[in-house]
Amino acid sequence: MNWSESFIAIAAPLLMDNVDTDQIIPSREMKTISKKGLRKGLFANWQYNYLDGKQIGKNDDFILNKKAFEDTKILVSGKNFGCGSSREHAVWALKDFGINVVVAKSFGRIFKNNCARNQLLTIELADEYIDHIGDLLVRGEIHNKITIDLKKQTLTTPENKIINYEVDPYLLGMLLKNQDFIDRSLSYEESIDEFVRKDKKIRPWAYL
Amino acid sequence: MSLTLFEKIWQSHLILSGKSQPDLLYVDRIFLHERTGSFALKSLKDRGLRVKNPKHVFATMDHIVDTFPGRGDETLMPGGKKFIQTMRELANEFGITLFDINDPRHGISHLISAEQGIALPGNIVICPDSHTCTLGALGAIGWGVGSSDCEHALATSSLAGNKPKQMQIIFSGELNEGVNAKDMMLHLMEKYSVSGGAGYAIEFSGDTIDNLPLENRFTLCNMAVEFSAFTGIIAPDQKVFDYLKDRPYSPNKTWTETIDYWKSLHSDENAIFDKVIEIDASQIYPSVSWGLSPEQSIPIDGSIPNLHEISNPDKKEELESSLKYMGLKSGQSLMHLPIDAAFIGSCTNARLDDLRSAAKILKGNKVSGDVLAICTPASATVKRNAEKEGIDQIFKDAGFEWREPGCSLCFYAGGEGFLPEQRVITSTNRNFRGRQGPGVRSHLASPATVAASAIAGKITSSKEVMKK
Ligand code: SF4
Repeated sequence: MNWSESFIAIAAPLLMDNVDTDQIIPSREMKTISKKGLRKGLFANWQYNYLDGKQIGKNDDFILNKKAFEDTKILVSGKNFGCGSSREHAVWALKDFGINVVVAKSFGRIFKNNCARNQLLTIELADEYIDHIGDLLVRGEIHNKITIDLKKQTLTTPENKIINYEVDPYLLGMLLKNQDFIDRSLSYEESIDEFVRKDKKIRPWAYL
Repeated sequence: MSLTLFEKIWQSHLILSGKSQPDLLYVDRIFLHERTGSFALKSLKDRGLRVKNPKHVFATMDHIVDTFPGRGDETLMPGGKKFIQTMRELANEFGITLFDINDPRHGISHLISAEQGIALPGNIVICPDSHTCTLGALGAIGWGVGSSDCEHALATSSLAGNKPKQMQIIFSGELNEGVNAKDMMLHLMEKYSVSGGAGYAIEFSGDTIDNLPLENRFTLCNMAVEFSAFTGIIAPDQKVFDYLKDRPYSPNKTWTETIDYWKSLHSDENAIFDKVIEIDASQIYPSVSWGLSPEQSIPIDGSIPNLHEISNPDKKEELESSLKYMGLKSGQSLMHLPIDAAFIGSCTNARLDDLRSAAKILKGNKVSGDVLAICTPASATVKRNAEKEGIDQIFKDAGFEWREPGCSLCFYAGGEGFLPEQRVITSTNRNFRGRQGPGVRSHLASPATVAASAIAGKITSSKEVMKK
């Protein structure tokens, strides 16, 4: 993903609050020790119909199953999106579906961090913006595209209204440079070792 | 400068801090489990990285293992065996201490890290699991992370993060008879919503907390994540020191000096909290959740909110959808609602005290007719100690299954689960849609309430059962 260019993409509304990571991908869908192929399990409770707990085909009413939202790249949701379990599979499943941006009223902490580690952009907007965008998106078809410009930190709504948002400057840098955060910290190894040397004198009991 | 307890620990772990980047903090202990830890280790290996300090890393098998007596690597969860074996292989390869299935120290990570003296007051402990906050009860920063951050900590013994805002929740007064820490948290969320703690590290304090047994404090901090908090923490006191004394990994050789350090772990008198919530403990009653989020809870003899009293259309819709899934009606009471199953287990409420409180009610009673009742002690140690006291016999005599330790039916991973539309009363922490199996209707409650309801075959308070 090249974040230095702006892009326009289909946005799907999922407007409820507290969409937890158990909903984004239920535990039962995390079957292998691999990050690939998880889109099948994305929102599985909503993506499929069930009879006696068994999947019996797609649920046509679910937004991401609708023709107009097949190529969704942006998700718009309410408060506390991604709360609950720490499973990074939630992020991997969204990415596997093709979603690169989640715009919400607020996010679960661990989920938001996990997104940042996987080049998935999270944008927090005030309630009234989300409610407004949500109203447009649920009308579907012609009104379902949003433009994201990360460099300028702007989002353009389906009726061409520009909304500013702020991304943590550090994260912004990491996204734009496509930087790996572990590599970055490994370069601080000396500072870490130096800390440990001093700390062993202050908190000797903390070392095994 | 005056600091909160959380800030003191944060400060003492600061490796680097800068304006335009998050703080880099030293991590004391890392705990892994087979569900997410295996991912982190595998990914580390694929990148050709090493574990910086394997001595400070521990692992267990809690999420995927079956809890049936006589279990092995085989599990009902499709593909589960692979997670278990990968965890074992990689723990060996990286030189990490593993508490394997059937090891006498085995159990749910958030409990055994305390039981073994691995997590200590003033520590930063991370685990790729959201309930790591449980360890706040010892006065540690329990920091739940995803796989990538876990990998980061494994490779560097450090973690990057922005210091959260500070919240103090003061509980004062005496708890009513039969009220447990679970009820305290359900009450908190009912009042302040499940996102009430977002962005904050929470310190629980007040005389109610001072008087609270340590085991209940674990339950309290455990559910801080349900309140969306960064973590929960309680200043360590004599109860904590007594608990940790002579544990296998406790600093027993330098005990006196260590205690001196630990005694400094409390918020300064003038410490500034960004937000303070005060709760009158006498207003808390045994509670049960009725919906799909822990905030959808009520006192056991209360009734579900009335739809027409709710003006916000989104809230109304959320309520309606919860009611539909749960097979309930607006305004209905929960008392005497028939149940299909009862579960006592999980990192929230399956410690020795929890089992004792349930056993008190089960003693001499029988689980009602066709209610499926299961108890999974949180660790092998808890199980052994319970058996020494004869608690297992009380559970079995009452008609409970007595299982091996693990996460068990706290969550459904495709293996064992309850059945669609079954109504389950459970001592766990999450009543999310499908959490205990597709279509399963979970009601969160304290172990005592679960035990009482199992006997009655319907949602009932322990008070009512004890009366008879
Ligand atoms: S018992 Fe439940 S909540 Fe606790 S760690 Fe296991 S799955 Fe998670």
